[in-house]
Amino acid sequence: MKKVVNSIESVISEMVEGVIDAYGDFYKKTETNNGLVLKQKKDKVGILIGGGSGHEPLFFGFVGEGLADGVAIGNVFAAPTPDTVLEVTKAIDSGKGVLYLYGNYAGDVLNFDMAAELTEMEGIKTKTVLITDDVASAPKKSKHERRGIAGNVFVFKIVGAASDEGLSLEEVARIASKANDHTGSIGVALSPGSIPGEEKPTFTLGEDEIEFGMGIHGEPGVKRTQMMSADELTDEMLDLLINDMELTEKDEVCVLINGLGSTTLLELFIVNRRVSEILNQKGIEIFDTDVNSYCTTQEMGGFSITLMKLDKELRKYYEAPAYSPYYVKK
Amino acid sequence: MTKLNVNRIVNDGSEKTDTSGVRKITELNVSQTKAMFIYVAQKVIESKPYLTEIDSAIGDGDHGIGMSIGFKKAIENMEQKEISTINDVFKIIGMSMISSMGGASGIIFGTMFVGGVKDLEAKTTLDLKTLTTIFENSLKSIKTRGKADLGDKTMIDSFQPAVEALKNSNELIAGIKEAADRARTGVEKTKAYTAKFGRAKALGERVIGHQDPGATSVWIIFDSMTQWIERNL
Repeated sequence: MKKVVNSIESVISEMVEGVIDAYGDFYKKTETNNGLVLKQKKDKVGILIGGGSGHEPLFFGFVGEGLADGVAIGNVFAAPTPDTVLEVTKAIDSGKGVLYLYGNYAGDVLNFDMAAELTEMEGIKTKTVLITDDVASAPKKSKHERRGIAGNVFVFKIVGAASDEGLSLEEVARIASKANDHTGSIGVALSPGSIPGEEKPTFTLGEDEIEFGMGIHGEPGVKRTQMMSADELTDEMLDLLINDMELTEKDEVCVLINGLGSTTLLELFIVNRRVSEILNQKGIEIFDTDVNSYCTTQEMGGFSITLMKLDKELRKYYEAPAYSPYYVKK
Repeated sequence: MTKLNVNRIVNDGSEKTDTSGVRKITELNVSQTKAMFIYVAQKVIESKPYLTEIDSAIGDGDHGIGMSIGFKKAIENMEQKEISTINDVFKIIGMSMISSMGGASGIIFGTMFVGGVKDLEAKTTLDLKTLTTIFENSLKSIKTRGKADLGDKTMIDSFQPAVEALKNSNELIAGIKEAADRARTGVEKTKAYTAKFGRAKALGERVIGHQDPGATSVWIIFDSMTQWIERNL
């Protein structure tokens, strides 16, 4: 696979340099490791997000006003090191504690947990909320075992707004858990992405094959089938999602149609058209819709649908303004 | 990559001659221990394509890359930092891995080295008892951190048998060789298991027939320890 890189060892540090060159008035790099933080430090509970690279603009693109305060950046598809998490924690802590908010993957949990032990020794309080929105990755009764995918975006948005309000670490963590509980996603893979430097793609799919529920690193999904039309795809996915989330008439949701890398906006809007149609038919109210490629896996083909069921509290935080170079909410 | 002339290392460890007249090495000094692990690190780095291939079958294919990043850093630090004890060697390797690799392997393999010397008094020789104590303690730390046990298709499936082999040995070199053999058997056994952790877990029955990459790395580590000993002692 052709990739625009210099050397495999330097892909992440060079990406971070490039981010600073572009947005250096907004972000600042931490001293030693690949961490980025808001240039203007805020006096509030710090929100630390992070994970492996290769999913851009996740995660760094969600450090912003009304969003997260810092990001720990790992190598491609590999969790960030404890040192990185610790350094970012120190950079964003204002004495009110830091919330670790990231997708539920074994590597991330091990590294963030070790970082939490280290920060505790330094007298900084942390709490952790794992994002588990991928409904295809484990049965509903094991929601806590599910992986985190594009639903990250909604949870980051809500939590950023809640922490901006000056709430305590415990309260921000409660709202984070609630936002996660109210968020579900389902994806479909059309073609694989590839790790820079690796010759083989992360998985193989036949020319006319697709896989429902496949994870963003190629984790196997729930069903492999023949390619179908946009509407047929959307119907299958939405059906699964609505059932899992037990959505009914009069429920109010936010919608995110997320491209996985190489699926175009043209295609994503065709999907969104069908999503709106079905939700309208079912009497589920759409509060807001976002169509974008936020949570990608390099040049992977496919998309995911995320719904977040709102209540009064979540709606209030969703409506609050937010800004980053990759996300705007007015 | 750092080139190490392994032939340069002379045998200045403790030697004993048993009744049959065969020389017997009972311990390694600090510089031998460091040389052995630099050799181990090089062997793991050389295994990158092999580990990548194994991991691509059941994981996301980054295990070889990660191990290679970690051991490169370990070589760099072992050559640059002051090392005066056996503890330093293990600590430097472990911390290099934890701070450079990321991913689950960074913590788990870092703990394989640093976890064993955490509460260990300073040692300037590595004998069978010390090596056994170090790896026994690190096995415990890994289990606590990773929450995995035998049969979960992880590195524990080869590391635990290797530690058992060390415990049941009464001689350093034979013990390390036996540990490598038992690790190899452990790797073979992982082919029959489904995974309880990480990305391989999602593959369910589909991982059966494939060996675990982490368990394979453990075997490579013990096997290259054996190789170094055979060539240099």
